[in-house]
Amino acid sequence: MPVIANGDGAKVWMRRTTAADLTAWFGWLAGVALTVLCFQFISDQTIWAFVWDAPRQAADLLDRAFPPRWSYANQLWRAMWDTINIATLGTVLAIAIGVPVAFLAAHNTTPSVVLARPVALFIIVASRSVNSLIWALILVIIFGPGMLAGILAIGLRSIGFIGKLLYEAIEEIDASQVEAVTATGAGRAQVLAWGIVPQVMPAFAGISVFRWDINIREATVLGLVGAGGIGMQLQASINTLAWPQVTMILILILGTVIVSEWLSARVRHAII
Amino acid sequence: MLVIEGLTKRYATGDLALDDVSLTVPKGQVMALIGPSGAGKSTLIRCVNRLVEPTAGTIRLGETVLTALGDRALRRARRRMGMIFQEYALVERLSVMENVLSGRLGYVGFWRSWFRRFPLADIEEAFRLLARVGLDHMVDKRADALSGGQRQRVGIVRALMQDPELLLVDEPTASLDPKTSRQIMRLIIELAKERGLAAIINIHDVALAQQFAERIVGLHAGRIVFDGPASDLTPEVLTTIYGEEDWSATIRKAEDDDEDEPPAVEAARIAAAD
Repeated sequence: MPVIANGDGAKVWMRRTTAADLTAWFGWLAGVALTVLCFQFISDQTIWAFVWDAPRQAADLLDRAFPPRWSYANQLWRAMWDTINIATLGTVLAIAIGVPVAFLAAHNTTPSVVLARPVALFIIVASRSVNSLIWALILVIIFGPGMLAGILAIGLRSIGFIGKLLYEAIEEIDASQVEAVTATGAGRAQVLAWGIVPQVMPAFAGISVFRWDINIREATVLGLVGAGGIGMQLQASINTLAWPQVTMILILILGTVIVSEWLSARVRHAII
Repeated sequence: MLVIEGLTKRYATGDLALDDVSLTVPKGQVMALIGPSGAGKSTLIRCVNRLVEPTAGTIRLGETVLTALGDRALRRARRRMGMIFQEYALVERLSVMENVLSGRLGYVGFWRSWFRRFPLADIEEAFRLLARVGLDHMVDKRADALSGGQRQRVGIVRALMQDPELLLVDEPTASLDPKTSRQIMRLIIELAKERGLAAIINIHDVALAQQFAERIVGLHAGRIVFDGPASDLTPEVLTTIYGEEDWSATIRKAEDDDEDEPPAVEAARIAAAD
């Protein structure tokens, strides 16, 4: 930044002035000091005997959990199928509500910046700020335990995710393509269908499949609060300390997540 | 046919883009609008089809006062004005045919357009025009798979599909190489002449403007500073439009181009070039 001429008139360039250099160094020093201080505080609060014991405890738990009880899988297929259905139907519900919300929230498509946009943004924030497990907890109280509560919980949580990412994609489209369609004398709905929808289609497909993929993972734990799916078996097995069954469930969840991830990667690839 | 009176546009930022511009374009006349960047060329043609709302002034197309139209009537009026864009502005993810048919959106209802059920006459016209510009073998290609010159020809066909009376052309050659630029300009002029269309062509390239337009209007800082035939464009005039510069090499430089080929040979050559 400062350019100084030295004795024989040649220009010398430095990134910062000496004072700015010193300030930067003191900034780093303060950062390191704070980290050391924090570590000391955490250390004082920790019962180290438990930490030193941790590897032995982990080995013990693993010992009890293996081998997995393979025969238990026969009782799990139904629950796994429920889990996948909860995730899929929840995603469909979220798309049905999230897409219109996204169009109301995007600056370039909203019918009214003072009314519709704040409402849409509030829906998005409200949906995103509550974890699906919390949604499930509330919905189980309202609808009783079962899949319906799970589907609604997944759906309500995903509206915000889909709405937010899609409205950002809508705001990033190329305005000249929209202008060109408008210039032909097309109506508002036609401009939307011909100028905007084709541009956000890849983003929409990517976001939906990505959310479905996340929802499969989230649906596996909803059973912990009684909202259906494989989480119910998981909780029952943990409560009875049936560790080989827990291992079996975790293996099944891992397999399903791998398949869903592979599937969503394929779909995204095909569309873009 | 197109009459602009006292057109003024001040943007919300306070910039005065057009200052009391009055202009008449008779039926069938091809007019080039030249001027430095920021002179208001784009704003002027966008005020005509009201992609940009004028601040003051009236614009009439035939009997229609464009500046006084409500939403619905404006959409009907836009059908009569075909627009061609600098960066082509094709809907990139739609096919060539869909882009061409989008020129008929003003005539077709929403659901027909949604299910792509366009009237047979429209489809025939689309094939005819695509053949005319040498692109009938590319009907199902996606727009983003085409070269610049091909895209602009799709853009031209889309505008003509509207069956317009007036063409609004915004820097049609700014993203093209010199040879393709001349082919595209020639194509626009030919098609305008065939159909007796008036055209306003914004263009950076003074030599191209001189070569292809019968009338040239110079815009500087939102005001018309020159209006006359291409032959009247002297270094003094260019200095009033653009500012001081050595203009001796600019004027009529485009003469040495291949311009005596008959249209049929030209179309075949355009098709072969891709």
